[in-house]
Amino acid sequence: MERTDISNPAYFHQVVDCQWGCPAHTDVPEYIRLIAQGHFTDAYMVNRESNVFPGILGRVCDRPCEPACRRGRTGQKPVAICRLKRVAADHRQDVSDRLPVIPSEKNGKRIALVGAGCASLTVCNDLMPLGYECTVFEALDKPGGLMRSNIPAFRLPAEVLDEELGMIVDMGVDLRLGQRVDSLAALLDEGYDAVFIGSGAPKGKELDLPGRTEGDANIHIGISWLESVAFGHTKEIGKRVLIIGVGNTAMDCCRTSLRLGAADVKVMARKPRDFFKASEWELEDAEEENVEIVINHSPKAFVVEGGKLTGMRFDRMEYTTEDGRIVDQRIVDEVVIPCDDVVLAIGQENAFPWIERDIGLEFDRWDVPVVDRTTFESTRPGVFFGGDAAFGPENIIWAVEHGHQAAISIHKHCQGESMAERLPPTLNLGSRKMGMHEWAYSNDFDPAARRKMEHVPLLERFKALSTEVELGFDAEQTAVEVERCLNCDIQTVFTDDLCIECDACLDICPTQCLTITADGPEEDVETRLKAPRLEPEQPLFASGPLKQTARIMVKDENLCVHCGLCAERCPTAAWDMQKSLLHFPKAIDHGPATCPTSRPLPQRKAG
Amino acid sequence: MTYIPKPRIDLPTDRINAIGLRQRDYEGVLSTLCAGCGHDSITAAIVQAFWELAIEPHQVAKLSGIGCSSKTPAYFISGAHGFNSVHGRMPSVATGALAGNRDLTCIAVSGDGDSLSIGFGQFGHVVRRNLNMLYIIENNGVYGLTKGQFSASADPGSKAKKGQVNQMQAIDPVATAIALGGSFAARGFSGDRDQLVPLIKAGVRHRGCAVIDVVSPCVTFNDHEGSTKSYAYTRKMSHKAVEADLVPPAEEITVSYADGDAVRVRLHDGSTVLLRKNDPAYDPTDRSTALQYLEKHRARGEVVTGLMFLDETLPEMHDVFGTTSAPLAETGYEALVPGKEALAKLQKKMR
Repeated sequence: MERTDISNPAYFHQVVDCQWGCPAHTDVPEYIRLIAQGHFTDAYMVNRESNVFPGILGRVCDRPCEPACRRGRTGQKPVAICRLKRVAADHRQDVSDRLPVIPSEKNGKRIALVGAGCASLTVCNDLMPLGYECTVFEALDKPGGLMRSNIPAFRLPAEVLDEELGMIVDMGVDLRLGQRVDSLAALLDEGYDAVFIGSGAPKGKELDLPGRTEGDANIHIGISWLESVAFGHTKEIGKRVLIIGVGNTAMDCCRTSLRLGAADVKVMARKPRDFFKASEWELEDAEEENVEIVINHSPKAFVVEGGKLTGMRFDRMEYTTEDGRIVDQRIVDEVVIPCDDVVLAIGQENAFPWIERDIGLEFDRWDVPVVDRTTFESTRPGVFFGGDAAFGPENIIWAVEHGHQAAISIHKHCQGESMAERLPPTLNLGSRKMGMHEWAYSNDFDPAARRKMEHVPLLERFKALSTEVELGFDAEQTAVEVERCLNCDIQTVFTDDLCIECDACLDICPTQCLTITADGPEEDVETRLKAPRLEPEQPLFASGPLKQTARIMVKDENLCVHCGLCAERCPTAAWDMQKSLLHFPKAIDHGPATCPTSRPLPQRKAG
Repeated sequence: MTYIPKPRIDLPTDRINAIGLRQRDYEGVLSTLCAGCGHDSITAAIVQAFWELAIEPHQVAKLSGIGCSSKTPAYFISGAHGFNSVHGRMPSVATGALAGNRDLTCIAVSGDGDSLSIGFGQFGHVVRRNLNMLYIIENNGVYGLTKGQFSASADPGSKAKKGQVNQMQAIDPVATAIALGGSFAARGFSGDRDQLVPLIKAGVRHRGCAVIDVVSPCVTFNDHEGSTKSYAYTRKMSHKAVEADLVPPAEEITVSYADGDAVRVRLHDGSTVLLRKNDPAYDPTDRSTALQYLEKHRARGEVVTGLMFLDETLPEMHDVFGTTSAPLAETGYEALVPGKEALAKLQKKMR
């Protein structure tokens, strides 16, 4: 089988499952170790380098890292990565002296950004240190975009938002609040060197059923309603509320309703639970607040009596499923569920009524602008998209990564360089060996179970909309949770010609992930592994021929818990534990800016 | 050695043996031997063999003398009975243990010092007594615990770590066991698990004293150029004479061999040992050809491995002594201590 090239950064990147799962490639094991050592501010800065908003994401990230977590493959729950991020954010000290220096002398390039959400502000965060002048147009009175208007304050307090957004705005961003951009053509006429559109997906989907217009006063579109609540325009709702849809917005809507005076809130789902879109933990939080989730009810009509909404009519459904897919559905009967208000949370779309269709910016057949997946440029040079505005609704962490990539493109565009020539990620390996049996990381496997987040008691949390429900991890919970991290970035690095084939590593490996066997085609070698290969997606490491028998060392990365015992047992140090530090280039790494006073941030070293 | 114990991680896909145990259940405590020691590898082979044979841990007695090798019973089958005895005197203790409970599966681990120097006499007698046990000699040619002096199994001409050349003749435990009338003599190599595990399994199932000499390089004092017990030398000069497979009673032997290539030996428990020969002229059931073969290859500096001699017909200790078929441990107080009258009756018979 082909010898594994460990100098390719992608190989070890994939081994760090959380970092591989994170769209912004946050160096999770590194910041968890820093938290373990009490270096909260350092941990925060490691986060900020990739995900820009650690305090915000530590509360409301969709956590693609957690399902990917290696811990989950040892028969346990994943490490509470997101909660630990919040620990770093909550306990950090002032970071103002660690933020990039903004050159007083500008480079003469002006960038206009539409919408003050996570994507646009990430672009500003990356470009301001290079001397760019960034002007952000925001329709609302406060920055933050969907993070402020759609995520309720009991999940994401306004102070956290204000502080992290402020770090970027205070770099000297020209933030124009209350200024809705009504015409892209007009904006382009103002002569900006580049325009970035990060206006989100602000249009909630409509449910056009009988009675919709008659009952309009009590039928709300989820995301608009949440925005109205966030800005204090809506302060109450009826006693009995129905939420249509079971996505994460629906969870925010039902929990917000409870805080505005509703007593009986039902979330109406068309399908069974296995088909819900909401994250499992958001469902759990809603159910903890006694929200009833009603399955198999398909909306049929709004019931309006005497000009007022009194309920909703549903078809009760029955489904036949096969292999997790619905193959047949039947209507059982019809029911009317009385209610005072209905909130529609069945999805959202991006909408661009303000972009003229004759300015060289192409739209596809779904009326969505055509955007390049790598450069984030539209078909009109100099106009870039990012966040939900680019490819439809995704999560904050995706928008942040879009922002980083768009910033590189904008930088290249303004410097007259090719956008396609982007720096590749780099890998730096450094041994973590300190002595005979000492490693510069906590290598012992800790069997502790995942810590549970404590919540504000039910009786208290409904008193104010802004009471944050999650209390954050205390010191004891943090101390246990950090040890659950398996340090996947401390890699097992093998040197073929040192191996004497004594089998010591094979015997000590607690998961039998190592095998020394005769070389052959991969499909054949796979059948001879000590433990069966469970995840074909996870890489197999193969060494070159070993000195004494010409057999090869094979490692199934899927099972390794990075305990370092193979390296500890190895008499010739053929195995070594080395920290892999991956660097994903940002705008600042892409060549010198024209402004002399800016400089790249010092890069972290693996050792 | 390692400083942290091997963590217990039970994966949903772990294999279970016939009595519902995982391989981890046959492991012992943290090894304190040098990293890369051949002994640890033999320990792992023992763990694998006992797990595959699905032997109940509490039905196992593990015994040893003194030395690096004799530490290893602590590192496998924690649930077994264990006795770490006096230097070279393990065979006596094993004889006592099996006299008391003949149903135990007895595994003894010794070294070249423990069995070929201080305990050479005990080794010889337990072999001719044909005690029903597996006797593993972890053979590295040096006294590791006392910093690497040549042992009785060091080959003449072999170099020590600091350059001295051994001048004395080596004792070959396999040839010695055959010459003393042993019923099972084999040699393995700690670096060849695929060969060693079947040897251990056959040795456990054999009724009688199964001696397995396992070349087990000492990474600290005897794994250098010029040593004849290093990983590199053993791999280069290894001559696999007879491969052995143990086929359990219930299983059918499906593979067929040409006549002369394989010999079948049926064991007392109904299982079969399949001896696959690489040299058709060799007969692993004949004592004199076995000795000749060993001598011929020794002269060439080769390390002959495999199940070199097997004779299932020789009587084991209990057969010779005509002891009761039920283990004394389960016989009960009444029968074991029949009282004053019974003693008087016995004495009368002797007058």
